[in-house]
Amino acid sequence: MTSLTGDRPSHRAGAGPEIRRAAPGKGRPGVGWAVPGLLFFGLFALLPMAGVVYLSLTSWNGITAPQFTGWHNWSRFLGDHQMVQSTLVTGVLLVGNIAVQAPISILLGVWSAGRQRNRAVLSAIFFLPLLLSTAATAVMWRQLLDPNFGLPSKMSWLFLGDQNMLGTQAGAIVCLIAVTSWQFIPFHTLLYQGAARNVPATLYQAAELDGAGRVRQFWSITLPQLRNTVVTSTTFMVVGGLTAFDVVLLLTNGGPGTDTAILPFQMYQTAFVTYDYGYASAVATFLLLLATGASLLLVRLTGYHKMNSTLEGL
Amino acid sequence: MMNNMSRRQVLAALAGGAAVMATTAGCGFKSAGASSSSPDGDVSYWTQVDPTNTVQQAAISAFNKTAKGQVTLSEIASTGYLSKIQTAMGSSAMPGLFFNWGGGSLSEYVKAGKLVELDASLKSHFLASPLQAGIVDGKFVGLPCRGTQPVFLYYNKSLFAQAGVQPPATYDDLLNLVQVFKKRGVIPFAIAGTSANSWTELMWIEYLVDRLAGPDLFKSIAGGDWSGWKDPSILQAAQMVEELVAAGAFGTTFGSVNYGAGGTSTLFATGRAAMQLMGSWDYATLQGISADFTANDLGYVAFPAIGGGKGDPKNVSGNPTNYLTMTTAAARTTATDFLQTVFSDSYVLGLVKMGEVPVTTNTKSLLSQSSDPAYSNFLYDLVADAPSFTQSWDQALGSTLATPMLTEIQKLFNGQDSPAQFVSNVLAIQS
Repeated sequence: MTSLTGDRPSHRAGAGPEIRRAAPGKGRPGVGWAVPGLLFFGLFALLPMAGVVYLSLTSWNGITAPQFTGWHNWSRFLGDHQMVQSTLVTGVLLVGNIAVQAPISILLGVWSAGRQRNRAVLSAIFFLPLLLSTAATAVMWRQLLDPNFGLPSKMSWLFLGDQNMLGTQAGAIVCLIAVTSWQFIPFHTLLYQGAARNVPATLYQAAELDGAGRVRQFWSITLPQLRNTVVTSTTFMVVGGLTAFDVVLLLTNGGPGTDTAILPFQMYQTAFVTYDYGYASAVATFLLLLATGASLLLVRLTGYHKMNSTLEGL
Repeated sequence: MMNNMSRRQVLAALAGGAAVMATTAGCGFKSAGASSSSPDGDVSYWTQVDPTNTVQQAAISAFNKTAKGQVTLSEIASTGYLSKIQTAMGSSAMPGLFFNWGGGSLSEYVKAGKLVELDASLKSHFLASPLQAGIVDGKFVGLPCRGTQPVFLYYNKSLFAQAGVQPPATYDDLLNLVQVFKKRGVIPFAIAGTSANSWTELMWIEYLVDRLAGPDLFKSIAGGDWSGWKDPSILQAAQMVEELVAAGAFGTTFGSVNYGAGGTSTLFATGRAAMQLMGSWDYATLQGISADFTANDLGYVAFPAIGGGKGDPKNVSGNPTNYLTMTTAAARTTATDFLQTVFSDSYVLGLVKMGEVPVTTNTKSLLSQSSDPAYSNFLYDLVADAPSFTQSWDQALGSTLATPMLTEIQKLFNGQDSPAQFVSNVLAIQS
């Protein structure tokens, strides 16, 4: 959002003669154009972040003034078994979500990129879950998963055991991944659909002449061409997975016990249920570092920052 | 150019995500709160949205006609009500009067000096046991302003008649009924075991501990002596829960069952569960599911006695009532005068007609005008005859202690904690 103002096309910026003189030939926008973006970023991102880091060094219940307690929250955080468990569960959900969502959305995206009418109609229907609010779908699924009145009671052949879906750790994690995937696969499908449509048809024509079948074309042309989209989509999943907690709050509320209490949920509960804003800020700071680190790592590892075009040589 | 731009976009996306997180941790509420320095100025009165708002508003309108300072009612959605109060109490937007649950939920405010102690002469207008949760840290700060909500056993009369059994008077009866209904393919007790609903499991612990040890044990725990959890009757109560779960008293899938319509209340109202231990508020929910059921098949009794236990079987637990509390932001004269209206005949009658059972001394004579006088009288007598009314533990302890306690109770019911682990984990909450 900040880059919108900073990256205006240069020919509009170079309307005045002074600017043209300042940057002869190139016509790049001056620093002044970035000011609104930087202000916005500073006010709504950097400042609150600094505030959270400061609060993580205090004890604060929201009523009286924050008391500076130094590293107390952090040493408590490092010795908190619950936080270790929460970090693990966050990781399990993250990996599980990517493992389920990525292959399905790539396949669906490539399939729906075809111009056939039935594919267009089915894609539109498939897109629907994305339009619904997460809160509404989580509440709906909670009702649907009720062992006495929901789907398990009507379809016992599908739901094994005694249909106590949310009452066991494994069941609750499977439910969380299923509901999140159900909602967000359409979004990632959309990304892949757009990218797949941009693959030049000449590549497939050439491959066909060489006798490559459908599967071979997918592995050798489509997938390499989608490389940048895979990175984008995975980054969204990682950052989204580390910060989203609404499904957990409404579907399992961290239960059974604390078996699905992921880090963002712990942060919410510490801050807004037990009113321990200092410790919650420590959790928030940890999440901030984790999310930033994971994204930067992802960008580095995949060579995304080099932004090599997939269309080289065409 | 291409290179820079995309990198910046990635960073912007990251920063956006971080900003959302950061603001989540730091956001607050702003609201116009009328605070006044003059004693007969205006008073803002915060309450939670519910059907009795009309009764509150009627009392305010009548009061405002004659009073110099005006009272204004702010109806706040129940989701987030407590955190809104919490945030407002630290700011200039503090309300003058606010609706609350008494007990531990007020103790931080008392310590911070935000509340005004009420005149002891007001106590004479109310039943004794529900007043207790309005007295926090020795200060009388909460005036009962609503119906009482004790917890007791609801049972299905026609299921009991079919099985040829009577509602339980002792704990042994209760254990026997578990076997009777299990054999008939009926869940003995409906209970909601999902994480957000573990307060329904807490009710069992509350009654088991009260019947075994009497009310003083929890009183000392709530009063700050956390080591009270070491008392053998806590372990015994936890073992009884383990036995009940193993005996199938709650069915096998309660860990996925939610409270209310579509969950426990529907299980009970449709005859798939024979009993439930629940608060009086569930009557309205049951009526909404099947008015026919509440009219013909609904029975209710006090929680049974436990042989050898120290607790009086007449003791009750639950929400004694809701309270009205005055803060230092209130225009003192206006607010004090207004508090006289919450035990007036017209206010009490308004509540009675909505199915509430207020805890004022003039309530009994007005109960005949309730929609179900038999039920209203049962509630009133249950509370009036109770030597002790233990406030729901989660309300009495306040959420900082209650949240981890509820988690451990859920683990106990799920079998994730053994009774001994339960005791040591709860003890570790405040170490």
